[in-house]
Amino acid sequence: MAMFILRRLAVAIPTLLALIVLSFLLMHMAPGGPFTQERALPPQVLANLNAKYGLDDPLWRQIWNYVHGIVVHFDFGPSFVYPDRTVNQLIAAGFPVTLTYGTLAFAAAVIVGVTLGTIAAIRHNTWLDYLAVGVSIGAQVLPNFVMAPLLVLVLTLWMGWLPGGGWSFSDPSFWIMPVIALSTSYMASIARITRSSMLEVLGGNHIRTARAKGMPERRVILRHALRPAMLPVISYLGPVFVSMITGSVVIDIYFSTGGIGKAFVDSALNRDYAVMMGVTILVGALTILFNLLVDILYAWIDPRIRY
Amino acid sequence: MIEPQKMQALADRMAEVRGRSPWADARRRFLRNRAAMAGMAILILVALFAAFGDRIAVWSNEELDFSVMGQIATLGAPSLDNGHYFGTDDLGRDLFARTVQGTQVSLLVGIVGAGIAVIVGTIYGAVAGYAGGRTDQVMMRAVDILMSVPYMFVLILLLVMFGRSMSMLFLGIGLISWLDMSRIVRGQTLSLKHREFIEAARATGVPAWRIIARHIVPNLLGVVAVYATLLVPLMILTESFISFLGLGVQEPLTSWGALISEGAGTMGYGTLWQLVFPLFFFVVTLFGFFFVGDGLRDALDPKDR
Repeated sequence: MAMFILRRLAVAIPTLLALIVLSFLLMHMAPGGPFTQERALPPQVLANLNAKYGLDDPLWRQIWNYVHGIVVHFDFGPSFVYPDRTVNQLIAAGFPVTLTYGTLAFAAAVIVGVTLGTIAAIRHNTWLDYLAVGVSIGAQVLPNFVMAPLLVLVLTLWMGWLPGGGWSFSDPSFWIMPVIALSTSYMASIARITRSSMLEVLGGNHIRTARAKGMPERRVILRHALRPAMLPVISYLGPVFVSMITGSVVIDIYFSTGGIGKAFVDSALNRDYAVMMGVTILVGALTILFNLLVDILYAWIDPRIRY
Repeated sequence: MIEPQKMQALADRMAEVRGRSPWADARRRFLRNRAAMAGMAILILVALFAAFGDRIAVWSNEELDFSVMGQIATLGAPSLDNGHYFGTDDLGRDLFARTVQGTQVSLLVGIVGAGIAVIVGTIYGAVAGYAGGRTDQVMMRAVDILMSVPYMFVLILLLVMFGRSMSMLFLGIGLISWLDMSRIVRGQTLSLKHREFIEAARATGVPAWRIIARHIVPNLLGVVAVYATLLVPLMILTESFISFLGLGVQEPLTSWGALISEGAGTMGYGTLWQLVFPLFFFVVTLFGFFFVGDGLRDALDPKDR
């Protein structure tokens, strides 16, 4: 197992470095610099600015400094638009928020999705099954940016039950809508995957044996069916994680929750390349880390898998 | 005694049990699938709306209707009298014409994006699978690496840095979307390449590129078609996502995502139709594509036979 983790790390680290260098080159190739404004700055001022941010160094040196800063000091450099803020500060301000509702949404999608899918499979071809399938098909066409306005419309404007936006760590009523909006469509996909893999597993010989021995149905499902049925769900968790981080951009904008998604879109609109790159690289690193965790979990659940 | 009528009836019955090709079988299964046929009907209607909606619209998508301006919530509501079938948007522009335009743009992005993915992914996957060995290893490892890139962020990065134009949007979406396709195609190619007809072609000296083009790719078309149908709604979702954030297509162009975003922004002021009409077309079209894609998969899936 240790060998396997090491080998995966050996791939993950170059990938991350490649992502850093690539996004830096992208920024370098982009037309116009960070200080390009409608009213051109005097050449002397521009030269001073470039010197301050090290933009007059040769390209390899700029890349080296950037990579070095991130790897050694975990420092993404200064923001180009807000001279008094660093990229780290801008990201750190939003990160706890994103982490809070992201974790909740992820847990909700997995727990509710797996439960729904399992119930649908056990009650195959009954109204419960049809209901679960119907709901999950419906939820598939309700991505976060559709769910968000609909939730606000119903729960805030019509019912007046929940605040329509904003964030507070102490008041969970601010958390409900972001979590629902973010998790619905993934919940549906997880339910579908669980249902079909559960149906396959339940037809297997070891389940028949367990039932023949007179094992209680509850135990058959929880002990013998759920574990193998989880494998396709686990391999789907990686993409879900990525999509949820991506979706947090919509959540942050629509609900004004102020997570890292807001930092990203603000910087995209301000052309603050340093912040955009910082967020992209951070998200890339999280993605790689998460995929590694999923692989380990997969190998742990299914001992037949050896790499 | 031979009765000519009975003979004729027998001959007719014989004609009926003529063998069916796998394609005919698939077509029959597809036509029998109610959900898929409903999806198909929806898609045809939406396509007609996109193609001929302009003819029905009284207003153009850029005209401002000064008579409703300032009182959109009361005067801008959907009405047959003043020609605003879907009402007006917040600036007094006709929402019907805007929705037609948004439908055109979204469908175009979906189809072109899926088209790029199909072409690039098929060629890449088929070459990797057919070449095998180290070439295959390197090519697929590159795909693995690209897969772990947070693509939506990179796409937005591209759009911001190189200007928000339709062509950049196509390029960015196309650049990313072929990855899954190439994996699927490679897997299929691996299972095809040791079949007899490929070996026969190789034995008679057919060059590798022609084997791929003439013998491998045509045999992949079923899988590719299914996946392409499921890719179109994903591309539409991607584009709508970006446009919802205000980073996608720019005015005067619009798309479903941009319209939904506008409608969602103003729904607190009693102008709900601005959200409902674009949302309706968006949801209905996604349903259509998913149903047709599922139907195609069921029809072409050999496991099902």
